[in-house]
Amino acid sequence: MVRKRLSKTAYYMIAAMIALIAMVPFFWMLSTSFKSRSALMSLPIEWIPSEPTLAAYKKVFTQFPFGRAMFNSVFIAVSYTLITLLSSSMAAFAFAKIRFPLANGLFKLYLASMMIPTQVTLIPLFVIMSRLGLINTYGSVILPSLFRAFAVFLLVQTIRSIPNDFLEAARIDGAGLFRTYWQVVLPLCAPTLATLCITTFMDSWNDFLWPLVMLSDRNLMTLPLALNTLNGQYATEYNVLMAGSLISMLPIILVYIFAQKYFKSGLMAGGVKG
Amino acid sequence: MTRKRNAPTRSLRDLMRASPFLLPSVAGLVVFSLMPIILSLLISLTDWNGLDKLAANGFLADHYIGLQNYKEILSGEEFWRVLTNTGYFIVLYLPLLLICSLGIAWLLSKGYRGVGVFRVLYYIPVLTSWIAGALIFRWVLSSKFGIVNNILEIFGIQGPAWLQSEQWAMPSIVLASVWKDMGFYGLILLSGLQAIDKGYYEAASIDGAGAWKRFFRITLPLLTPSLFFVLVVSLINAFQLFPQVMIMTDGGPNGATQVMVERIYKYGFRYYEMGYAAAFSWLLFIIIFAFTRLQLSAQKRWVHYGS
Repeated sequence: MVRKRLSKTAYYMIAAMIALIAMVPFFWMLSTSFKSRSALMSLPIEWIPSEPTLAAYKKVFTQFPFGRAMFNSVFIAVSYTLITLLSSSMAAFAFAKIRFPLANGLFKLYLASMMIPTQVTLIPLFVIMSRLGLINTYGSVILPSLFRAFAVFLLVQTIRSIPNDFLEAARIDGAGLFRTYWQVVLPLCAPTLATLCITTFMDSWNDFLWPLVMLSDRNLMTLPLALNTLNGQYATEYNVLMAGSLISMLPIILVYIFAQKYFKSGLMAGGVKG
Repeated sequence: MTRKRNAPTRSLRDLMRASPFLLPSVAGLVVFSLMPIILSLLISLTDWNGLDKLAANGFLADHYIGLQNYKEILSGEEFWRVLTNTGYFIVLYLPLLLICSLGIAWLLSKGYRGVGVFRVLYYIPVLTSWIAGALIFRWVLSSKFGIVNNILEIFGIQGPAWLQSEQWAMPSIVLASVWKDMGFYGLILLSGLQAIDKGYYEAASIDGAGAWKRFFRITLPLLTPSLFFVLVVSLINAFQLFPQVMIMTDGGPNGATQVMVERIYKYGFRYYEMGYAAAFSWLLFIIIFAFTRLQLSAQKRWVHYGS
């Protein structure tokens, strides 16, 4: 009993240590964002601003339509995620459970494409997108979600571990391939899908280089682009940069905390079922 | 359902069955990946400066220079120096990342009270965009006004000028990268941990196996598919490290943090040597491909899929 309590104390100490390391930079961001320009460079440093001010936040909002950028980010990330989950899980199901010719070769192509740095395809993709007339539209940043090798790879690993007996049972019950996919395979992938949902959303939300090239219209810009514009103007005014960073992070953190409940129950359910 | 037959009609029928599921993804693969890849391969054989129209008549006749870009890169010292820098990053980053994300997965897998709070806290760096994350780290690591050196000072340690020092710039980028990525890979390993059938542990406990034995005989082997995934993906990402370098050091000081993608970006979008940049990126691809092949072929030796 004593030993158990000790190990629990050690557990909380380690957990808190890592949490502290993860959080210190954000504490510094928060503290800095409420400082005036002169307090920024005062020594010894002010851990907590002695005269907190909202000046940096005002500057951020007068410099860029941040509200519009927030809407753009949400709209793009949600569409991107939905399309990715659907398209990738379908492909993964085919790779893992339908034995079709050339499956191995095609899958290797997926893996290989994942290794191509985005920078390699950036210029040709720009050319293709402008041929399709998609430059400066939401479509230019949403449509690439159809193909996401990372998601397919992860889902193939999961679907492979679903026993074939399950699918065989569904087939005997008269379910077609699509119903098997929708009603048997997808629910069994729930934990992986939940994880993917978060990570895909994040990737789209935080993507920088691609939207930078495709969206030059200020009204279509996402939050990272807005932040980049800010960095170009105030490279050394860290109170402004930190205020902008904080604003750009807030929506996603709120979404994550809210969605936590659903994802957690999904992950746990998966754990119990094995 | 998965029995193999050799009859060609049978395999054609299987292809027909699979194709509706594959269609959206493969269409994306062709338009957004394969086509640009082939175009980029062609560009790498030219001296295109980004000004002439790519598909104009006689483009190839005017600009084709064969393998000269590749020869130039491989015979210069820059490529090898940059490759060494990338390797240095990987050697520091991968072990640190694995330890931290395994630790996080383990911590979060315990059903203790308050674990939900930790889960959110560990994941916040992942939620942050690299633009914000790198800006924050630039300020956190500021030699005079940064919080890291001021914390070190409390313990009587004189911190280095992190991002301005040739010796410390790369470790700084490693620190920022592990800080940003550990929550992500931790979550992947966590879902692997939770997928392990609790029955194994009960059986092992009945057999009298201790905690260490349970970890090495059950947890670790059954976690290998997730570990494999983490290794493959994190190595590929490590070779492609870019935004943090761009915003934290821009390749400096004195080229100490110049890495592969940073060079590709500079050649392509700052100096407009598109052909040279494309050739550089293909050399990067060959390196990554070789490493991933190695990992895939070694997978049979250590990765266990449930029977």
